[in-house]
Amino acid sequence: MGQLIQQLINGLTLGAVYGLIALGYTMVYGIIGMINFAHGDIYMVSAIIAVTVLTLLGSLGIAAIPLSLLITLAVAIFFTAVYGWAVERVAYRPLRGSTRLAPLISAIGMSIFLQNMVQLTQGARVKPIAALLPGGFELFTQNGFTVHLAYTQILIVITTVLLLCVFSYLITRTSFGRQQRACEQDRTMTSLLGINVDRTISLTFVLGAALAAVAGVMVTVYYGVVDFSIGFVAGIKAFTAAVLGGVGSLPGAVLGGLIIGLIESFWGAYLSPAYSDLGTFGILILVLMFRPSGLLGRPEVEKV
Amino acid sequence: MTTMLEYSGVHAHYGAIHALRGVDLNVQKGEIVTLIGANGAGKSTLMMTLFGKPTASAGKIHFQGQDITRVPTHRISRQGIALVPEGRRIFARMTVLENLQMGSTFADPAHFDADLQRMFAMFPILEQRREQRAGTLSGGEQQMLAIGRALMGRPQLLLLDEPSLGLAPLYIKQVFKIIRELNEAHGMTILLVEQNAHHALRVAHRGYVLQHGEIVLTGTGEQLLASPEVRAAYLESSAEAHG
Repeated sequence: MGQLIQQLINGLTLGAVYGLIALGYTMVYGIIGMINFAHGDIYMVSAIIAVTVLTLLGSLGIAAIPLSLLITLAVAIFFTAVYGWAVERVAYRPLRGSTRLAPLISAIGMSIFLQNMVQLTQGARVKPIAALLPGGFELFTQNGFTVHLAYTQILIVITTVLLLCVFSYLITRTSFGRQQRACEQDRTMTSLLGINVDRTISLTFVLGAALAAVAGVMVTVYYGVVDFSIGFVAGIKAFTAAVLGGVGSLPGAVLGGLIIGLIESFWGAYLSPAYSDLGTFGILILVLMFRPSGLLGRPEVEKV
Repeated sequence: MTTMLEYSGVHAHYGAIHALRGVDLNVQKGEIVTLIGANGAGKSTLMMTLFGKPTASAGKIHFQGQDITRVPTHRISRQGIALVPEGRRIFARMTVLENLQMGSTFADPAHFDADLQRMFAMFPILEQRREQRAGTLSGGEQQMLAIGRALMGRPQLLLLDEPSLGLAPLYIKQVFKIIRELNEAHGMTILLVEQNAHHALRVAHRGYVLQHGEIVLTGTGEQLLASPEVRAAYLESSAEAHG
């Protein structure tokens, strides 16, 4: 029982991180219909920035947790957003209007580039930092097994839910969200109505990168170790989460993330830790076979 | 009268196709001007050139005295020009209300509520369907929505590209009634591209006939209606169809 609850808590936390990354995937897909495979690496860049800033703040003697967390978030969001903007500008915009496959390939190229850039400039070794937010609650003890709920886990889940609400509101209720959805449906008509389509797409990449930045900071604080390669696997899992939930749907992305986080935790605890990815990607295959539009996605068929 | 829109010697290319070959055309404030011509004569190109899609390869387009030939597409509508495009191009996965909001993106928000009520008074069907997805509307209703969306931007010049195409006769009548009303009651300046020459020439003050990218004939609506060339080329078949 204790083990079950503990895995539930761990799985939800992991799932919240995947959900946060998946939000960025799904939002970019929702506007230009393209899977941004460099998104996971943008998240990795943010985690590296977070380690750098936290180490710097530590050496400056700034120890207040909320303050250092906020500074780290602000710096990571700023630089990661610049990366997101630049990637779109350099790798995707020149290919707009070409085949659907071209930006996809260029995205994979961008992903390889970012990994190698970080490996070259930061080194390949794993970077650890001291726990920023240690401790938590001991929920209960049963048969000698104590169930823990860490402060960072609460922080991560609350952040994900909060950002899901903020971005859902942004996209469904605001003028900017309408402009984004209009770009997805008919870019020419959108520009005829006076909307600067290039600017809207750039801003979407900036917002997507900002979401990845938050996820990167959270993971740094939670695990305390990062390296140049964490973006690849996290990106693939978040992509799976986005597909599972229905690409283009924000609540779907978080739901998909939570499901995958839970599968991974339970599979690892009860079946085999080495093969937990089997569960994740097995689910992806099943979803693609039986429900290609995902759990909350809209079906492709449209009345014309 | 003041000139609202003026094309002088405009050429345009679509890839290898020389779609416009030195078009001269003007629209005065308060006028309904129609542009008729066969399929592929360059009517839609002429209208889209105004928005820089494609950009005129030679010649100038002036709007209210300003050269807008090379102004980027998204800045054109902010000058006070709205387009009801061919095929309507409403946002199918947005609600009716959201489509109207899209039209008013750059209008003064202070006018929004009053403008919305004005649209609902003009097109009661849109009020009934305001929370419905626009893709579920009938063709005629979508055309009303496309016109409403264009008007929400408070344009000074309204462009309509084949607004009667593919509509049921009842809706065709309503579309031309709305065009006349907008002009007479609100003083809206209108440039109308139509294949339905009969209806278009009856509602318009002046008309132009476009053939292979060139203006071959111009005159008042009545003159063109009476002209033997126009009758032979554009009216004989459509006159039968519309009695």
